[in-house]
Amino acid sequence: MNDTIHFFSGFRPADMVFLAEAAWRTLLVYGVSIFLGTVIGTICGWLLFEGRLLAAATLSPVLDIFRSVPLIIQLVLFYNFAPIVGLNLDPFASGVVILTVYTAALVANVARGGIEAVGRPMRRAARSLGMSYWQDLRYVVLPIGGRAVFPAWVGVALGVMKDSALVSVLGYVELLKASQILITRTQEPFLILSLAGAFYFALSYPISRYAAKLQQRWAQ
Amino acid sequence: MFDYNFHWRPVLKSLPDLIEAGMVTLQVAVLAMACGIVIGLGLALIRLHMRGPLRWFASAWVELARNTPALFQLFFFGFGLGAFGWHLSPYTIVLAGLTFNCAGYLAENFRGGFQAVPDTQIRAARSLGMTSVQTYLRIVIPQVLRIVYHPITNQMVWAVLMSSLGMMVGFRELSGETQFFASRSFRIFEYFAVTAVIYYAIVKIILGASRLMALRLFRY
Amino acid sequence: MIEIRDLHKKFGALHVLKGIDLEVQKGEVLSVIGASGSGKSTLLYCINGLEPIHQGRVVVDGTDVHAKGTDVNKLRQKLGMVFQQWNSFPHLTVLENVALAPRIVRGLSMAEARDVAAKQLGHVGLGDKLNSYPNALSGGQQQRLAIARALAMEPDYMLFDEATSALDPELVGEVLDTMRLLAEEGMTMICVTHEMGFARDVSDRVAFFHQGTMEEIGPPAQIFGDAQSEHTRRFLANVR
Repeated sequence: MNDTIHFFSGFRPADMVFLAEAAWRTLLVYGVSIFLGTVIGTICGWLLFEGRLLAAATLSPVLDIFRSVPLIIQLVLFYNFAPIVGLNLDPFASGVVILTVYTAALVANVARGGIEAVGRPMRRAARSLGMSYWQDLRYVVLPIGGRAVFPAWVGVALGVMKDSALVSVLGYVELLKASQILITRTQEPFLILSLAGAFYFALSYPISRYAAKLQQRWAQ
Repeated sequence: MFDYNFHWRPVLKSLPDLIEAGMVTLQVAVLAMACGIVIGLGLALIRLHMRGPLRWFASAWVELARNTPALFQLFFFGFGLGAFGWHLSPYTIVLAGLTFNCAGYLAENFRGGFQAVPDTQIRAARSLGMTSVQTYLRIVIPQVLRIVYHPITNQMVWAVLMSSLGMMVGFRELSGETQFFASRSFRIFEYFAVTAVIYYAIVKIILGASRLMALRLFRY
Repeated sequence: MIEIRDLHKKFGALHVLKGIDLEVQKGEVLSVIGASGSGKSTLLYCINGLEPIHQGRVVVDGTDVHAKGTDVNKLRQKLGMVFQQWNSFPHLTVLENVALAPRIVRGLSMAEARDVAAKQLGHVGLGDKLNSYPNALSGGQQQRLAIARALAMEPDYMLFDEATSALDPELVGEVLDTMRLLAEEGMTMICVTHEMGFARDVSDRVAFFHQGTMEEIGPPAQIFGDAQSEHTRRFLANVR
């Protein structure tokens, strides 16, 4: 009994609230980025598909940079670059900008794969029914291609969720940064890290399992 | 709008140090991958062929590695083990964290690879009088390696990018070294820009080498 | 000699072989015919120990295949097997496909194993493909590769499990010709087959399997001309 009391001694209820707020900030920076990143990434994917040569020469090397440089470096670079060009962004805004671009770079490939997954014959069939190019995109490519790459998109989205922890390098107090602060104060590293880990796991595990199930069902 | 003067000279002066730190990055990534491949292979085989506690252990490893942030895993090896009186050096923290992460992801790749080799291949080998060990070493594993070759390459790139988290636990690999120099000179943007280029080069070299090796390894 | 006594085999609740008694003499060619699911392929797997059995005995040259102390890996060297899906090893060249088992199972040197492999590949007409990879071969060529691979172990018996069923029609002939050649050379063969022409012309005896039992066995002339069982007659009328 004594042991347990000792174990929790440094950790107060107020700290739980502190962690919960940090978890909310994690979700906030992540939610905004994944939404914007998916929209922009999908547009980039469409450009990569339709633009062919021009896009291959311009857009794809740029996107490639964001996949070949550590996210943490991108964050530090942008955060220190923005003031140079006269932008005064807080850590949250900087985090959102870079996470969005990073997400877009990953989603672009997924989206292009989705458009390619819809075969030419099917698209020709749609056009032969008198659909316009945009109707074809909206009613044929989006549902069929989207379904084909949905599991891959979930993979990207979960990856970005885990990577969003890196925004802490800018001083944004998301969940892991908050954990670190609490650990220094309370000296309860195991308890606090377990709480933080459990939060990520509880979000990521069910979604990844669900996506794997969907993929299996759709593969049949 | 540009009232900022870029100072590249101090960065160029420390370039040899940065490149040396890049070698540390490469070294820790390669080591983590080597350990990760061996452990991941073991985890995959356990999950495919065993029941009971060992299998739960393997599944827990894989799911934790895949469903929590890499930074969380590093923190765990950093502060978390401190709760039990284990204090690892920054190098060990990064190596252990990366190995844990890579092994988890690679285990899933290997599992898919083993499932992709048809049972009939095993039957054919056994019908020739090969033992089950011979069958695995000569027939199954070479085919699995081919299937997981590209995922392994991607994971290698990931290991390099992930090792940048060493910066957060005080390890002086490429990112940590850059931060050290940057904070001394206040030329944060310049330093991190050069480091980004070095990372990009490392990633491209790995991908190129992997492609060359594939040409030699897989002639079928 | 292969001797099978009261062989029973179940897959879960499914009773696949219900008491088979059969003897195959040295030098004999036996064809096994019957509808799919009649247990013919399972019989082959039980003979070389790839499937465990539930009752009865399979004895090959005096060795009980399913007895506890039997070294099945040694025994399988005597029993070459060719599968419906040819199962070439995709990561090895044609020559390596054939040379691997002689080297690591029979313990031949690399050079000896290559000699044996080249000889057997020449025998089945693949002498000019030694350094190709299987994916460059047609189905018929891959099946002949599988035959050479089994022959390189210098087996006393060859088991063919529907060796031509997965082939395109125009490729069936070359594989049947190879099997015919083996039969003429005096190889002891058990051929599970849907090729009635092959069964009639090449075999010494033909066995008809029906729902896990051996309904009838006899010389081709008897089975194809004067079958005793109603099931046999109906099956033959349907395949022709």
